[in-house]
Amino acid sequence: MARVLVGVKRVVDYAVKIRVKPDKSGVVTDGVKHSMNPFDEIAVEEAIRLKEKKFASEVVAVTCGPTQNQETLRTALAMGADRGIHVEIPAADYPKVGPLHVSKILAKLAQKEEAGLIIVGKQAIDDDCNQTAQMTASFLDWPQGTFASELKLEGDKLTVVREIDGGLETIELKMPAVVSADLRLNEPRYATLPNIMKAKKKKVDKLSPSDLGVEIATNIEVLEVSDPPVRDAGMKVENTEELISKLKEAGLV
Amino acid sequence: MRLLQALSKFAASKSLIRNVRAAFSQTPLTSDTYKVERGNYGEIASEDISIFKDIVGCSHVVTDPSDLEGNNIDWLKTVRGQSKLMVKPKSTKEVSEILKHCNERNLAVCPQGGNTGLVGGSVPVFDEVILSTQRMNKIISIDPISGVLVCQAGCILETANKDLAGHGLIAPLDLGAKGSCHLGGNISTNAGGLRLLRYGSLRGTVLGVEAVLSDGAVLDCLSTLRKDNTGYDLKQLMIGSEGTLGVVTALSILCPQKPASVNVAFLGVESFEKVLKIQQCARKDLGEILSAVEFMDSECMRNVTHHLNMTNPIADCPFYILIETSGSNASHDEEKLGRFLEEVMDAGIADDGTLATDYTKMEAIWGLRERMAEAMLHDGYNFKYDFSLPTDKMYDLVRASREHLKGICKSVVGYGHLGDGNLHLNITCEKYSRDIHSAVEPFVYEWTSRHKGSVSAEHGLGFKKRQYMAYTKSKEEIMMMKKIKQLFDPKGILNPYKMLPDNF
Repeated sequence: MARVLVGVKRVVDYAVKIRVKPDKSGVVTDGVKHSMNPFDEIAVEEAIRLKEKKFASEVVAVTCGPTQNQETLRTALAMGADRGIHVEIPAADYPKVGPLHVSKILAKLAQKEEAGLIIVGKQAIDDDCNQTAQMTASFLDWPQGTFASELKLEGDKLTVVREIDGGLETIELKMPAVVSADLRLNEPRYATLPNIMKAKKKKVDKLSPSDLGVEIATNIEVLEVSDPPVRDAGMKVENTEELISKLKEAGLV
Repeated sequence: MRLLQALSKFAASKSLIRNVRAAFSQTPLTSDTYKVERGNYGEIASEDISIFKDIVGCSHVVTDPSDLEGNNIDWLKTVRGQSKLMVKPKSTKEVSEILKHCNERNLAVCPQGGNTGLVGGSVPVFDEVILSTQRMNKIISIDPISGVLVCQAGCILETANKDLAGHGLIAPLDLGAKGSCHLGGNISTNAGGLRLLRYGSLRGTVLGVEAVLSDGAVLDCLSTLRKDNTGYDLKQLMIGSEGTLGVVTALSILCPQKPASVNVAFLGVESFEKVLKIQQCARKDLGEILSAVEFMDSECMRNVTHHLNMTNPIADCPFYILIETSGSNASHDEEKLGRFLEEVMDAGIADDGTLATDYTKMEAIWGLRERMAEAMLHDGYNFKYDFSLPTDKMYDLVRASREHLKGICKSVVGYGHLGDGNLHLNITCEKYSRDIHSAVEPFVYEWTSRHKGSVSAEHGLGFKKRQYMAYTKSKEEIMMMKKIKQLFDPKGILNPYKMLPDNF
């Protein structure tokens, strides 16, 4: 039975109205509600289901980021993950972290923890990169099943149904493997109170990126973040005569 | 996930539209179902229609019967009027001119906002002129310093909330109908809702009202002052008088700060006694951050999951309690909530529960409570009751009703604003019948009256409950109300057949 590693990211809550900072250097995150990346929630749910079906021996949740990321780990533990790993990155350095670093970290952890399966969300809703699963697989030289909408594990054979542009593609991977979760993979469970209480006692190990030999340095510089252009409001007209006169006014007829 | 939720909501609403169309042909006319006689009002003539067209413009006078279907029937599809005319003014001046004319011609008027009322108060009974506020949806001002919103009566609650959010404010009331209800209607019915526990009733948060009286005179009480003790508070007469004393055209309302941190906990409980214990704990441990306490029973959960395809986030339990906190500091609130939840779990008062960790989950949990009325609509014909009762006796009425109606009705469910002592009792049956009606009423009213409760906590009396006022109000009180009605509307043209009982 495989040990499953699940990556979870702390992002601005899906339902929050995002505002750009006045200096256009990024979006406002201070005082804004954060939660687990919805696709990562689906990944956690899938891992727990594998354990419940006795296909996985242990579910380990991993997060990379500052102190607040502990909340995200606790949510994963409350859903049913067995233990957590918090790769601590100071808040000042966190903006430099991207999929390249996270995938290096996950790859090293997978080797360290002797994991047989890595599941992450297909992308984070803040950067929409959709790169971590692919790069992690590449670093480990493991096969990958991305945009998974269905997962079946039999021995060391993993069948993945992938959501692709033309429809659905079914592939077979030999474990160990990396999977990225898509929307329709499952409906994540609610963390129930008894489990929330139990989660407080579950083990959370703390590491730094350098413990894993990963350097947080980036060649990418964000130049500007701006709002999308405002869409002009439409207007209602009372009748065809008015429509024609408005079109004429706009020089369209 | 949100997409899936949106799609399933759309599918549900599409079937609801189909149901309305189907129901319209099924719902009999109010005048056929109930014993009510048309008052001695004038008949609408073509001259009246042209005068209305002059006032509001041709395209804002509706006379096509198929266009008026939705305006003649209430949201519950239980009452249906026969109006052949709807006018849609866009300003107080237009409303004034319309009412002046109706008064001269002795034409009855039915003011209509979002038509989401649950007691048949917002639709005509006969051929009353429907005066719709749907075009009066302008926000006049939002003052971020005082928190006062001034707007026209036809502003939809949810839309106003969106504008308020931009200033860091929220409306002081919230209800399941927020996507359609008009603030003018909320005020005319003194709507309660889910946040009354925290922000109080509209009688406290509404600072000013502008209304047009039956003769077209404009009563301008549109103040934005928090305190003003200079005479009788006339706006209080407009609040909750269900359009029978005047047509609300504008309002000013005090809006609280949008909370920085909102949390929702949903608990599963074994008995109603334990529900009450949890409420006590919540008051003690959560105190000033508590913003909503709602309860529902297992029958409710069965209906809402079955009819609306929703999921129960926890195990099946006899009772459920929803607790919401709103505060200015996330970590402070989460700490308090964490301690409260630990306490109720350790003491074994709650059997199961969940704490929503993100906004989508909070919405989903609230949906289980907010969409209850919608779910019950799918279950059959609804007898809907809204009672104020001593909190510890609240569920006894549900049990008594179940016993009394065994074998006669389909579902008997109890839910509501536990924190306000307000029970929503819903009884469903396959089809309406006079026999079932007489089994249900006056049983539930007499029970409530015996326990000194109110036969309408927040829904108002409208058409369907006006004859039951005497269960909660004394003869002297009713007499005084009639004198006030005579003073404000001597011809009785404003929303006739509503709120006041026929004989007293």
